[in-house]
Amino acid sequence: MTASFQAFRKWAVQTARLCCGVPDYDVYVRHLREHHPERKVPTYAEFFRERQVARYKGTGGRCC
Amino acid sequence: MHTAVTKPSPAGKILWAAIAIVGAWCLGVVALRRGEPINAIWLVAAAIAVFVIGYRFYSRFIDTYVLRMDPSRATPAVLRNDGLDYVPTDKWVVFGHHFAAIAGAGPLVGPVLAAQMGYLPGTLWILFGVVFAGAVQDFMILGLSVRRDGRSLGNMLRDELGPVAGIVAMFGVLVLMMIVLAVLALVVVKALTHSPWGTYTVACTIPIALLMGIYLRYIRPGKILEVSIVGLILLLLAIWSGAYVAASPAWAAAFDFDAKALAWLLIAYGFCASVLPVWLLLAPRDYLSTFLKIGTIALLALAIFLAAPTLQMPALTKFVDGTGPVFQGNLFPFLFITIACGAVSGWHSIISSGTTPKLLSNEGEARMVGYGGMLMEAFVAIMALIAAASMHPGVYFAMNSPAALIGTTAQSAATAISQWGFVVSPDELLNTARNIGESSILSRAGGAPTLAVGMAQLLHGIIPGEGMMAFWYHYAILFEALFILTTVDAGTRVGRFMIQEIAGLIHEPLKHTESWTGNLIATAICVGLWGYFLYQGAVDPLGGINTLWPLFGIANQMLAAVALMLATVVTVKLKRERYVWVPGIPAIWLVVCTLTAGYYKLVGSISFTAAAQKYAAAAAEGKLLAPAKSVAEMQRIVTNNYVDAALTGIFMLLVVTMAGFAINAILKAWRVNHPTAHEEPYVALEGAPTR
Repeated sequence: MTASFQAFRKWAVQTARLCCGVPDYDVYVRHLREHHPERKVPTYAEFFRERQVARYKGTGGRCC
Repeated sequence: MHTAVTKPSPAGKILWAAIAIVGAWCLGVVALRRGEPINAIWLVAAAIAVFVIGYRFYSRFIDTYVLRMDPSRATPAVLRNDGLDYVPTDKWVVFGHHFAAIAGAGPLVGPVLAAQMGYLPGTLWILFGVVFAGAVQDFMILGLSVRRDGRSLGNMLRDELGPVAGIVAMFGVLVLMMIVLAVLALVVVKALTHSPWGTYTVACTIPIALLMGIYLRYIRPGKILEVSIVGLILLLLAIWSGAYVAASPAWAAAFDFDAKALAWLLIAYGFCASVLPVWLLLAPRDYLSTFLKIGTIALLALAIFLAAPTLQMPALTKFVDGTGPVFQGNLFPFLFITIACGAVSGWHSIISSGTTPKLLSNEGEARMVGYGGMLMEAFVAIMALIAAASMHPGVYFAMNSPAALIGTTAQSAATAISQWGFVVSPDELLNTARNIGESSILSRAGGAPTLAVGMAQLLHGIIPGEGMMAFWYHYAILFEALFILTTVDAGTRVGRFMIQEIAGLIHEPLKHTESWTGNLIATAICVGLWGYFLYQGAVDPLGGINTLWPLFGIANQMLAAVALMLATVVTVKLKRERYVWVPGIPAIWLVVCTLTAGYYKLVGSISFTAAAQKYAAAAAEGKLLAPAKSVAEMQRIVTNNYVDAALTGIFMLLVVTMAGFAINAILKAWRVNHPTAHEEPYVALEGAPTR
């Protein structure tokens, strides 16, 4: 696998997840470790569930 | 303040001159060649040239002089980074996310309806509308929101135009949303009426989504890609098995519904879907529809490039005079109301001030995401127009004209349409229906079925095969129904929260979104509101779309006008008066379009009032007019038309009120000699060159 293909794959996965309202998990974990070391790091499953509910909280995030 | 625009190199100048010449040539062919059909590639090439030039020059002009986006300024994503909502994200990821959020059924439906006037008016409005209005709106609202901590459109209106203006706009958004949901649901109803195959496949998405939901929750949490592939395979199986359902008399009868029954089913479904926990039904459907949408748009682009169809629809039809069967009304203002999404869509201002501004890692990227994303959507609209215009015009009109004009048999439809000058034989209509596996193609207005036939014919031209056309047709129907229904579910939830917020002002406990009482009451109100218009569309004498689409267009362009007014006000408040025309002219244009269209819908021969009076007069004489079968139904049609007229009046009042607020704010800001906009203070971006 070449580097550019891997970069594309990473982009595609990240975009696809963001389109479903799920931001990058690794970025979140890094953010927690850096800024809030006292908080518990959620597992991906917990993170996913929280984001899934948050997406439909009512901010009209899609078009006709 | 801002880095000077770099002067283009001589090679760059030659390249841009060449693009301009090629674009002008293609546009000339599209606009001026008469009498002989042209190939769709001319249209595609003209569109690409216009978009590239608009992006390179006009968007950069706005970026540099009007918004003055500053790459050295920290964005909300950087300042408030919480790893969840505010995250500095790669610009291509933001672009993909933004495009997926703005592209929906709108750009696929409007251009198809507008094709009744020929391909030229729609094309020109999409191309120039997007460059000078639609993309300007998306980009400017995004830019404003980025400077305001990613605040929403409603909040920004409150800050810049005053609290009352904010409330008026919020009310407008709620009403617009109800109309959007009703019209989109009606598109699905129109596509599925007496279509057992289509209804069966769409019904199959419910158990498939439930299965995906449980899988994502308990079996493999969060594995979206995996479960979406499983879902896609199941969907394709559903389409394939649909052929057998349609062929078996017993099964076909179980999935054969008329418009009224489908409307009730959708209302019941919408209620359940927005009351159930999101992970069970709504979210998995959303994932599936998002991926299917992007995939299908890519497929449509590929099909158009490979098939390079000839446009069979004339450049201009005689229906520019306002007598068209698909929607009534003259080219001005109704073309500009009919094609909203794709040229300029007010709804985008909500997304441009929603998640996207919280993701931009640099202000310099707003141009590509905001302006570029909208150009992409305009390209989708152009493709939908091509798919409709490359069909046999006789078939197009058979599919999009109401039964009141063409009757209910292939014979009567062919006779009526041939008299309009689009010669078609009953056999051609029956053959098309047989090829796509349906019993009839008549009066299926709403864009989705037309686009599905257009797409099926294009794809069939590339990948021939026995029965494949029917497969592609039902694939296209399923994909549109899937993402429309997702919008309906999610929209009902959003509407429910909005209603709960308003109800909370009257009775505090109703505000709690966890409370079942508040939840059920607000959902019922929300579903009742859009359900009323949906049912009205299902029993409408002119087939529903003919009546409701203008209402939707007026509402959507009204919101766009409001968003552009906000941009105009802020431009003046920042003391950049010399560029006030950039958002100002499109704002005025949209105000003129919505008010003129609203006026025609209130008084005159094509108005809701005239329709109501016609039915009232007939009822008074004891006569029954189709499709009403009783005096009570006659009365209902009268009431419905008066409701539509009242709603049009409300929209017009809303535009005028907001224009009043905007003019007031502009005059105030013009008089003072210092900037008065409510921007967040400048914070330098770490590691960026200082200004």
